[in-house]
Amino acid sequence: MARPLLEVTGLSKRFGGFVALDGIDLTVAEGERVGLIGPNGSGKSTLVNCICGTLANESGTVRFDGEAVDGLLTHERTRRGMARSFQLPRPFATLTVADNLRVPLLYTVNARPGVALSPAALDARCAELLQLVALADKAAQLPRDLTQVEMRKLELARAMAAEPKLLIADESMAGLSQSEVDDIVTLLIRLNERGITIVLIEHIMRAVMRFSQRLIVLVSGKKIADGRPEAVIRDPEVERAYLGQ
Amino acid sequence: MRTRVFLLISIAVAAVVFFGARTVNNDYVFFAGYTVLQFIVLATAWNILGGYTGYVNFGSAAFFALGAYATVFFHKFYPLPIPLLIVVGAVVSGIVGLGMGYLTLRLRGAFFAIATLALAVVLQTLVVNWDYVGGSRGAYIIRPNDIAVIGPYIQYLFLLMLALVVIALTIARGIERSQLGYGFATIRDDELAAEASGVPTLRLKLVATTLSGALMGMAGAPFPYYIGYLQPSSAFGLEYAVNSIAMPMIGGTTSWVGPLIGAVLLGSLQQIATVTISSAVNLLIVGLLLVAFVIIAPNGIIGLVQGWTRGRAK
Repeated sequence: MARPLLEVTGLSKRFGGFVALDGIDLTVAEGERVGLIGPNGSGKSTLVNCICGTLANESGTVRFDGEAVDGLLTHERTRRGMARSFQLPRPFATLTVADNLRVPLLYTVNARPGVALSPAALDARCAELLQLVALADKAAQLPRDLTQVEMRKLELARAMAAEPKLLIADESMAGLSQSEVDDIVTLLIRLNERGITIVLIEHIMRAVMRFSQRLIVLVSGKKIADGRPEAVIRDPEVERAYLGQ
Repeated sequence: MRTRVFLLISIAVAAVVFFGARTVNNDYVFFAGYTVLQFIVLATAWNILGGYTGYVNFGSAAFFALGAYATVFFHKFYPLPIPLLIVVGAVVSGIVGLGMGYLTLRLRGAFFAIATLALAVVLQTLVVNWDYVGGSRGAYIIRPNDIAVIGPYIQYLFLLMLALVVIALTIARGIERSQLGYGFATIRDDELAAEASGVPTLRLKLVATTLSGALMGMAGAPFPYYIGYLQPSSAFGLEYAVNSIAMPMIGGTTSWVGPLIGAVLLGSLQQIATVTISSAVNLLIVGLLLVAFVIIAPNGIIGLVQGWTRGRAK
């Protein structure tokens, strides 16, 4: 296995008396495509929030790119190369589609040592990203003019604009039609081929199975399986807990 | 347009305003004009925090009063020329703005607004009980009648305020077109997504509260010389808090033009009402206009104009 990019050890998070995450251990290797599944309320989004620093975990550590990132704020983690998309798209509503992408370029890419993109280079990068997600003709529009699938693409493009090493896509396909799901999976695989490690959180099994090289299953805040997708979904425990048998 | 070009143009416009006012040769024009200019600075300052980052500050009067009271303090302690007092006012109110930002960082929406209001009350109580600057009795500042080169002192004050308007508008416009402006907008839109895009939201909020506070303090610093007699209830007056919110709201909060339009419109209207009807009708006008705009045109005059041009384009 390649060098680990993300290492989570013994991560726990509770909300009052409710244990949302209970001693999660997981590793994601550089260049890998990992699927993370689990029933509603199993702690997937909480795990993402803890990894990205939106929520503070009570115990355990998150190591990214060889360094512990506990205690770092979200934007510092983003600058180190961790990007995420949100389960419900959260575009910057008063900025145009192109400017939505300009923000991570300005604040993440340009904030990295030794990088100083010129205004022209910024424009070019925005255009290139919009091309990638097929939103080029919507560049000057506001996010409210986009359709649901375009909004999801914008969400992914904004995460991509930060030039991450790791992309965590949190249910980026919920509510989309089958062909739209295929669109997004193809896009994600293409991004992975460019060298970006991707963790995909998803309910749509068809997408997960097509995308994932490895599958992790979370149930009630515990990791119950981790391995090759075909093997994992045949695991009796996973079937019982996740598929409700 | 580059910021430097904008600065030159606004200096030119300011010069036209000043010499235009001089040709009228009536002191009242300068007295009334000073108030309008002061509101342009206050409205622009409020908008940097309230319009760009979306944090509604109900305590503008406190920052304004701090600038004014810094002047009163130095008037007694060690008299300084007004331009220096403006710098002092900016520093004092900027520091308080930074402190306020630091204490209220976790508060959002209505809770932030309530905290700023509380800050104003606390500061007013402090000033009322501080005997050195006059306490509740207030403080007199004797304004010289004339000043070299310019002539009447009120024209000097008018000119200073005009300079502050140029500074405030240049800063506001500069922010809008810079990386800072994008950062502020993301805070207004979605702080969680902003952080995930690498925007250091806490730091930017501190920049906004400090800048906004400092500009308000600058607007307040020459005020004791203008009014001649400063008391806590006038410096911390409700009209400053209300006007500095109402003017950007009526003009439009997304651009530097909005507070300018709002302040000129509302400020002039108030001055006219003061002379023709009564000074008490001022806040009534503001209140009614604010209610009307919030209902009819929530994005202010700028929003209306943009709506029209966009409608025509379609």
